[in-house]
Amino acid sequence: MSQAQAAFSPEQEDFRTYCRQWLLDNPVGPAPAGMPSGPLEITQSEHMAHLQRWQKKAWEAGLIGCDYPVEYGGQGRQHCQEIANEEMSRAGFPFLPNIVGLGMAAPTILHHASEELKRELLPPIFSGEEIWCQGFSEPGAGSDLANVQATAERKGDKWIINGHKVWTSLAHFSRWMILLARTDRSDKYKGLTYFVAPMFADGITISPLVKITGESGFNEVFFENLEIDDRYRLDEVGTGWQVAMTTLLHERGASGLRTPEVIPQDQGDGGTVDARSLIELARTAQGDGGPAAQDPIYRDRLMQLLIRERAKSAHERRAQVPALQDHPQRLALQNKLLNSELVQDSAALALDMTGSTSTLAQGDANAPDGGLWPYAYMNSFGATIAAGTSEIQRNILGERVLGLPRSK
Amino acid sequence: MSELDEIGFGEEAALLKQQAGRLLAERMPIDRLHAMVAGHDANRSGPPPWDESLWREMVDLGWSALALPESAGGIEMPLTAIAGLMEEIGRAALPGPLLDTLAVSLVLAEVGDTAQPAMTALAGGDAASLAICDRYGAWRAEDLDVEYRDGLLNGRAWHVQELSRVQHFLVAARNGDGLSLFWVDASADGVQLERDDIVDLTRDQGRVVFRNVVAMPLTLQGQSALDAAFPAIWTLLASEMAGASEWLLQTTVEYACTRQQFDRPLGWFQAVKHPLVNLMIKIDETRSLVFEAACAMDDGAEEARDLAHMAKASACDTAAFAANRSVQLHGGIGFTWECFVHVYFKRLLHGRSLWGGAQWHRARLAERVIGPLAA
Repeated sequence: MSQAQAAFSPEQEDFRTYCRQWLLDNPVGPAPAGMPSGPLEITQSEHMAHLQRWQKKAWEAGLIGCDYPVEYGGQGRQHCQEIANEEMSRAGFPFLPNIVGLGMAAPTILHHASEELKRELLPPIFSGEEIWCQGFSEPGAGSDLANVQATAERKGDKWIINGHKVWTSLAHFSRWMILLARTDRSDKYKGLTYFVAPMFADGITISPLVKITGESGFNEVFFENLEIDDRYRLDEVGTGWQVAMTTLLHERGASGLRTPEVIPQDQGDGGTVDARSLIELARTAQGDGGPAAQDPIYRDRLMQLLIRERAKSAHERRAQVPALQDHPQRLALQNKLLNSELVQDSAALALDMTGSTSTLAQGDANAPDGGLWPYAYMNSFGATIAAGTSEIQRNILGERVLGLPRSK
Repeated sequence: MSELDEIGFGEEAALLKQQAGRLLAERMPIDRLHAMVAGHDANRSGPPPWDESLWREMVDLGWSALALPESAGGIEMPLTAIAGLMEEIGRAALPGPLLDTLAVSLVLAEVGDTAQPAMTALAGGDAASLAICDRYGAWRAEDLDVEYRDGLLNGRAWHVQELSRVQHFLVAARNGDGLSLFWVDASADGVQLERDDIVDLTRDQGRVVFRNVVAMPLTLQGQSALDAAFPAIWTLLASEMAGASEWLLQTTVEYACTRQQFDRPLGWFQAVKHPLVNLMIKIDETRSLVFEAACAMDDGAEEARDLAHMAKASACDTAAFAANRSVQLHGGIGFTWECFVHVYFKRLLHGRSLWGGAQWHRARLAERVIGPLAA
């Protein structure tokens, strides 16, 4: 007795065939040397130019923004972006550099911007010609994001922006910023308004911050009397918090609308941080004595990670069966937490397994996997802290899904 | 379209799960279950109480025949659907031999023609249980206490579930160097039941003693029949454990929203909120692996056995965590007999060690994906 039903429509299947063919016909040559592992680590213009060129080609071929309406630079398809993402990932297509534009700005603009702005701003996001950054966090507004203090004061049909944003990835390449600013000091939440800010205007200073890995890639951004046209405001004055929630929902991968994603890539010189590569590492890695793959405790820990990793892909199938859900957002809202903690725990296990050689950094000739593991471990905290720390993610899950009392 | 592109949980499966959820919520709510298995009237020395009339009703609904082949008068539902039903059984912590009868059906389906009479008995509504373990809960031929020689079974099968609630046993016995399977009636001459004193209030476990019991092998290839059937059995048990864990989660969340300390509900505090979220994440891991494993078995996919090990390993950890946190977060009341939580706590600790614990399943998985441990 078969109870199965089709998961993909004929349109999706046709589109998949098309994507596969296009990717076959358009092989990507070697990347410029020193290409970083993801868009947030891009520091060199040469790397950015290479990635922008490929994003544009993929957009022209219809692989990016395909679920968006045609008038905004999309193709008006339905549920096809996930297909394109899968195929680009499978083909090892270069990661898309406009991560903030695609993943956060585009869906927010689609839901909250004027018709005029949608037509103006969305197509160059998809083509990658205009890179975006995010102006949410501040020194005093991290997990407590609504504590934003950067101000926007109305002056005729302009807004004057003053303040200090931090952790701003890609700011130095960006033409636009999604900006959360305070328009009323008397109300924490209703005093916020959402803008798109031109990064090419006067009144902006960008200075790089250096990460725990030694790389730069994110920045501090200072506004001194930056002038923004009122037409760059999204939704009403005082609704910035609600608009920001749209952005965050997409940032954490919990929205129904699939946006083009960062495509998982090799971490620089080494392999990827996943259970298979850890198992390969375990065959050679020696901590104290023989290879870790012959140590019952390491074997057990490896299997624990493999099980967590396999469960994540199993979630995708179960998420399609309403009868096997208790709450529609229960699996989707776990996405960011599961991914970021799995990578961190995987890298930590690799450090344990490699023993004394785990002290060797990238660049040392004797470092296992080119020093991938200590690098990946340090870098993993970016993911468990950014876009809502793991602690905030657990608050969200507890409050929205389990219905526990709100912290604030 | 490839099989992997199909979802695998259809309308009938959803209806079965829904029907089970409703029936059990109505007929065996937790206060009734608690009064029955843990009430002051419960006779703690005799057979553990259960609702046999509810079991008869379940049999009439066809639940006990879901895993039997259609050719043997069974219903042969996809494993995904049966796993969905087991989740509801777990949520209700229902006492009774459903899991065991399904497990026996799955082994019989691997045996072949000689299993026809046994399958006919199950299709007719009888219950059965596996009598395959040694005193440590393992089922390797060389360790078994039960031996078959000259047409007679002698010895003792340990850790037999639902001991006095079934009419038949599927018995594993040493036969020369191998392991053979036998079908033995609980009422046969020379069969004696010895009840274990167990922690779990919802199960009935014990030893089956064989003294010159006349028997004919169902199959000489017992080990391979058990090996072939166990992935599905682990998956069903894991699903049952996920359902029971979910009940503990929801019950503890409810308590954390009601109970006030320091002028706030307990669940406001992150020291309470975050472990509950962690438990939800563990339960979801188990549920998704159960579904994935069941889909793989229904599709005959190669990965099925790996996934079954993953599902049961995950279920064991989920169960332990659910049991631990739900008692702890209920505080003082959670430590008492009157709080319903202990019924699930005990049931989950039992399920956790049944047919392989977390480390055992991960060790088997490691042998498959990494390779064997050098001697």
